[in-house]
Amino acid sequence: MSKLIVSPSPHQLGSNSVKKLMYGVLFALIPTLFVSVFFFGLGAIIVILSAVISSVLFEYLITKFILKRESTVMDGSAALTGLLLAFNLPSNLPIWLVIIGAFVAIGIGKMSFGGLGNNPFNPALVGRVFLLISWPVQMTTWPKPSPFTEKMLGYTDVTTGATPLGQLAETMRNGESMSSLGEKVPDYMQMLIGNMGGSFGEIAGFALIIGLIYMLMKKIITWHIPVSIIGSVAIFTGILWLADPVNFADPLFHILTGGILLGAIFMATDYVTSPMSKRGMIIYGIGIGVLTIVIRIWGAFPEGVSFAILIMNALVPLINMYLKPKRFGEKVKKLK
Amino acid sequence: MLKTFPKGGVHPPENKLSANKKIEILPVPKQVSVPVSQHIGVPAKVTVNKKDVVKVGQIIAESGGFISANIHSPVSGTVFKIDEVTDTSGYKRQSVIINVNDDEWDEKIDRSEELIKDFDISSEEIIKKIQNAGIVGLGGATFPTHVKLMPPKGTKPEVLIINGVECEPYLTSDHILMLEKGEEMLVGIQILMKALKVDKAYIGIENNKPDAITHLTKLVKFYKGIVVTPVKVQYPQGGEKQLIKAVINREVPSGGLPIAVGAVVHNVGTAYAVYEAVQKNKPLFERVVTITGKSVKNPGNYLVRFGTAVSDLIEAAGGVPKNTGKIISGGPMMGKALNTTDVPVAKGTSGILIMPEEESKRRVIKPCIRCAKCVDVCPMGLEPFLLMTFGEKAMHKSMEKEDVLDCIECGSCSYACPSDRPILDYIRLGKNRVGAVIRARSTK
Repeated sequence: MSKLIVSPSPHQLGSNSVKKLMYGVLFALIPTLFVSVFFFGLGAIIVILSAVISSVLFEYLITKFILKRESTVMDGSAALTGLLLAFNLPSNLPIWLVIIGAFVAIGIGKMSFGGLGNNPFNPALVGRVFLLISWPVQMTTWPKPSPFTEKMLGYTDVTTGATPLGQLAETMRNGESMSSLGEKVPDYMQMLIGNMGGSFGEIAGFALIIGLIYMLMKKIITWHIPVSIIGSVAIFTGILWLADPVNFADPLFHILTGGILLGAIFMATDYVTSPMSKRGMIIYGIGIGVLTIVIRIWGAFPEGVSFAILIMNALVPLINMYLKPKRFGEKVKKLK
Repeated sequence: MLKTFPKGGVHPPENKLSANKKIEILPVPKQVSVPVSQHIGVPAKVTVNKKDVVKVGQIIAESGGFISANIHSPVSGTVFKIDEVTDTSGYKRQSVIINVNDDEWDEKIDRSEELIKDFDISSEEIIKKIQNAGIVGLGGATFPTHVKLMPPKGTKPEVLIINGVECEPYLTSDHILMLEKGEEMLVGIQILMKALKVDKAYIGIENNKPDAITHLTKLVKFYKGIVVTPVKVQYPQGGEKQLIKAVINREVPSGGLPIAVGAVVHNVGTAYAVYEAVQKNKPLFERVVTITGKSVKNPGNYLVRFGTAVSDLIEAAGGVPKNTGKIISGGPMMGKALNTTDVPVAKGTSGILIMPEEESKRRVIKPCIRCAKCVDVCPMGLEPFLLMTFGEKAMHKSMEKEDVLDCIECGSCSYACPSDRPILDYIRLGKNRVGAVIRARSTK
């Protein structure tokens, strides 16, 4: 008999792997991908391809030539970062800006900390916020969705216009009432399917929710983060709206516009940068929801999801330290 | 809704290949090596000498203290020598090696198949008989049974919980015992209830054994105070603390024993051994062992005398298959890998699992992606990823603070980790070190 292998238990491992999880998230983003291409055409395709390809390439080059390690690009995380970065950009962004964004996301946001698992901030959002602060004009010029027209073939030359959140900010700045906003923005049904201006991955509410359901079913993520973000946004804006419906938009408007759904479902749930315990996840989610609305209503930017997530990312170590899972046998129950 | 423990757990493929195999009697080998330490606690003291003639069931080593157990000869024959022999734990232990001659049983043992229901016996007598018979927990922990029947002062047992969960994949020895020896087992449970002076007993059985649940539910009608409780198929449902929580919804406090919530847990195999000891005067010298594995020709359940070499058992199941990578004593989640099959079957051997080479090797370790799956699956509410990080850096004080000693070593964390990190290895190491630190502190 040949030699036996000896190792401590367990002798059987599950079938999960990093690769499976990452490809699972990519798969969950497919509906969103279709919707974004449907509404934004060629521009969306160009931005997605350049973001994904450059992200994978940067990770490959950095692991190979700087870190001198085995390449990790096959685990799918670099492609995922690239795709999520693309979804957070306007579809008319020039390729060179997309490439800079990918470089910051992968190079600075992820690899400078040691690669997958070590980065404190969501890499895609690091890239996005870097672009937003450095090139604010390009990053806030939003193409108008134009399905079934020849404009689908346009890229940087398409018609642009304000996003619903831009309209909201302007309405609030001018002190106009919310009823005048309703005339300027698409109705909620249109918003849900994605027929509005914005980063081309965030508009597709319905497709994002399909992705959420898929990830919950496959147990890739749990409900805690998305539900606590969306719930806290609903409650916070609901209170403001009930108190003063003339000056504040209703909760549904806030949830369907901007990056709430994309952020809550795909960005804030990033494993590496979110808390480990369920209690921590809920606090983290509430923090993101509240900060987003504070930035939207009282801040200088019309949209605040990216900033809110990055701020809460910074608090994750603290959350992990103080919000532990409930230990078994921690509280002794009184015997009956 | 089926009862289960509140948090965590995994669901590995069940692979109960030997579930429908009747108990077969493994022929007595030519020679047996019986270790004197087949239980947790002080090793037993050998009472026989070289060349002594022994009968089946005769005592050959006496309990070495309160937490210890008698060892009886599983065969009849002559003591060949007393020597150090490697057992399933991989350590050398003092053992009595007996050359078998015929199969002559001690006259006191009732070898008939007749079911005896004699409950006219006092609690003290029961405990004494169990202690004399050398019975230990047969679920795998091998803690001496009589100790669990004598609760410490200030505690009072309220319920007896019988563990028929068998949540380890592959293993079926408890399952088949429930089917074939159900009636005897219930008498054993009744005796245990009498010993503990409790009037309520629950038999927890995982829902993947519907035949055992139906069978025992039919039988319990004739026994007072015994209830069959089906529980959800969820590993580690058979963990003592998890089972108590699932069945009677009480949480054993951190660092505490089940008796702290009024519960005493015994395995179904132990209940059967108690029946044999108390009603048939038969000490513990054989048990049902599952021999299984995907590549094994004839997986099955065998009644094996202690001291029989594992290799004999494997032979009976068709020999060691080609491409064998690992041979495990116990199940795939908590069993111990053997480095040789030349080790004796003992009281704690619930099964022998053979794994093909491709399933035996560990996977490449990838970085932690902080997915929190280990936190989700930990049935004790610990943070395995954090304990591993502390373990890697030898930060034992931090491990203690993070309740590493609460870990029941079920392995759910390592099982669930998508990065194939050996989380439990580091936790186990940490537990060992922290335990030593605490012991050193208390002796100061």
